[in-house]
Amino acid sequence: MEAGTQAAPALNARTSALDPARRFFGQYGLIILLLVLPVVYGVQDVSQDGSLSRLGNNLVAGLSNGAIWALVAIGYTLVYGIVELINFAHGDVFMIGSLTAAGFFGTVGLTAATGVFGLAVGLLLTLIVCMVASGMLNVMIERVAYRPLRNAPKLAPLITAVGFSFILQNVGILWIGGSPEGITDLIKAQKQLFEIGGVTVSHADVLAVGATIPLVLLLTVFITKSRIGKAMRATAQDPQAARLMGINVDTTISTTFLIGGLMAGAGGLIYALYQTTIWFFQGFQAGLIAFTAAVMGGIGNLQGAVLGGFIIGIIQQISDNRIGGQWTPAIVFVYLVLIMVLKPQGLLGEETREAG
Amino acid sequence: MRRPELKPLIAAAAAGLAILIGLLIEMDTTMSVVLALLVGLRVFFADDPRAVKLIAVGLVVWAIVLPLFHVEAGGFIDDAVLALAYAVMALGLNIIVGFAGLLDLGYVAFFAIGALAAGYFMSGFVFDANIHVLVSGLNAELPGIHLSFPLVLVIAVILCTIAGMLIGLPTLRLRGDYIAIVTLAFGEIAGRLVLNGDEISIAGQKLTNGRQGITPVDKIDLPLLQPFEALNLRPWFWLALAMLLLVLFVNYRLRDSRLGRAWIALREDEVAAASMGVPLVKTKLLAYGTGAAFGGMSGAFLASLSNTVNADQFQFSFSIFILAMVILGGLGSIEGVVVGAIALTYINFRLIPDVLNDVPSKIGLDFDLTELSFGIFGFLLVIMMVMRPEGLVPERRRKQELVEGIGTGETAGAGESVVEARA
Repeated sequence: MEAGTQAAPALNARTSALDPARRFFGQYGLIILLLVLPVVYGVQDVSQDGSLSRLGNNLVAGLSNGAIWALVAIGYTLVYGIVELINFAHGDVFMIGSLTAAGFFGTVGLTAATGVFGLAVGLLLTLIVCMVASGMLNVMIERVAYRPLRNAPKLAPLITAVGFSFILQNVGILWIGGSPEGITDLIKAQKQLFEIGGVTVSHADVLAVGATIPLVLLLTVFITKSRIGKAMRATAQDPQAARLMGINVDTTISTTFLIGGLMAGAGGLIYALYQTTIWFFQGFQAGLIAFTAAVMGGIGNLQGAVLGGFIIGIIQQISDNRIGGQWTPAIVFVYLVLIMVLKPQGLLGEETREAG
Repeated sequence: MRRPELKPLIAAAAAGLAILIGLLIEMDTTMSVVLALLVGLRVFFADDPRAVKLIAVGLVVWAIVLPLFHVEAGGFIDDAVLALAYAVMALGLNIIVGFAGLLDLGYVAFFAIGALAAGYFMSGFVFDANIHVLVSGLNAELPGIHLSFPLVLVIAVILCTIAGMLIGLPTLRLRGDYIAIVTLAFGEIAGRLVLNGDEISIAGQKLTNGRQGITPVDKIDLPLLQPFEALNLRPWFWLALAMLLLVLFVNYRLRDSRLGRAWIALREDEVAAASMGVPLVKTKLLAYGTGAAFGGMSGAFLASLSNTVNADQFQFSFSIFILAMVILGGLGSIEGVVVGAIALTYINFRLIPDVLNDVPSKIGLDFDLTELSFGIFGFLLVIMMVMRPEGLVPERRRKQELVEGIGTGETAGAGESVVEARA
């Protein structure tokens, strides 16, 4: 913030003629940028196929993918909001959630032949196990790697975060080996549930969106209404003042990590069901995508993270489908850099101390 | 030193450790003894600047004769050449992270650009061209662009400096963790471009060769000398040593210059530095540019040494590998970073695959330790940051910053409850 406000007047003084354009791009540049891909391919679809069904399919798949990113992004945004730290290991916590899910399917005896009722009960049980495992893991990481460094320079916890990310990846390697592993397709993920105007909606899409929305609503209510939620928001605003008001800041921070981990665990289960492949490296990619989502929405902002998750999901799906999956990470990262340049505070966020 | 009577003891312990490590990595016994002697003296005379300088000269002489005591290729010297090249790279990253305090997680981008410079200008990759400058032997007859290595080095340095500044630009307004993420994004974009570069072609010329790699890359060919050979690593060692000494010299001079002090001021407090008149934009961009240039130098060297430029070399984990060297040795500490680079190279290329690899199977566990090397580095990062954030060979000023910061951090709960009680 400080550096930004110092640089800004000097720049404005030099290029005052460009001011309106600058303001326009500051305001709408990111939104225009986000609309480029869908609009371009929409026009292409209409002119080539005469219908928008391909784009529609992309959007549906994107939304359901985005639901997973949204769950992971919540963890980033909550943690950043409260301790101003990018929890680099968060993506790998999500990965451990997926691995736990895949392991637990066998434990409760879920197979492709299990009936609907048994499946529902088993999945609910798995969901709880995954969420608790990832949540506790996240709390443990905070305790070991971040809390001792809370007053150290910013660099220190970031480096331990990167270190933990690698440790968790290697736990993943020990667990399932170094190559992607296919798991049983419990919900017949790609089977079509219904179709509207050429747009197919599969089991996986319904599951991803249907599991994410209640979780996010529950979380929103928890944060706005409960005592702990209020304590979290107070700590995010001003830790010292919160402490003076009798809030236990350490517990509150642990709770935030717990909630972030719970969401990542849920995301991990959905990812495992959706993709039916798990890999030790999935967390790295997912973490970066979800982080981009969190930044896009405005880091520290819960609704922003969910919105960003859906948007990134769509971008990723369009890129996978039209440009080629091997380019998707690069495209997501280009968006990340562009957000940072055009609008570091994100779509819904206010200027933070770091990004102003 | 707090207890001067312990000095000889500590010096002896350091010497003993040096000799042990020397033997462990299969260094020649005579050379290990000499190294141990130098290390012991260095620790003993740590407070006498004249002696320190003299010992440094002794160390350089020691390093120059070192390859003569080993076979031309294979074993010790293989890792030694790599260690020197990585040390150059780590010193580059140290300027960005250690001096200026800008956490760069995409340093691999500069390795990639440096290596690609060698790939383009020292191989038959650009098959339409037929350009030969100052090369001798077989290279002078093959198609493609074949430039002399010093020229390629200059190109790599220029390209990397430009790239470093370009990558630095979007991070200028950002601070802290955002810089880390943006640089990481650039590193990944660079990696992806190299990986998928075989799909992009400009005028029939592919951008890169993707996973297959640009190979063979010319062996280094210095003017007035025979081209280097793959089976005689001594010249490679001396060249890498020369590069390291050059970079060390530049590093020391930069650290004590006006620019170096500006970097350190920036790292300690950006706002205070700006209000004291440190030009933020210029200072930051110069940090990125300089750091990137060293990465490019080393990248070009490594491309020629490994004889290939392929996409699998340029992964995120490489950035962390170099970062771990800087952290292990001590952020901002020039000697420390060299020590860290040599140590991690040996841990990665010798200790883990050769010495420790059968340990898991001996204690009845079934996994391949080499697969877990980055887990070990991750563990190292966490342990170092929590237990000894100033690194193995700390820089004085940095130590004050980090230890003070963490000292209050560890006692945060207790300290603040005292404050509360008083209130």
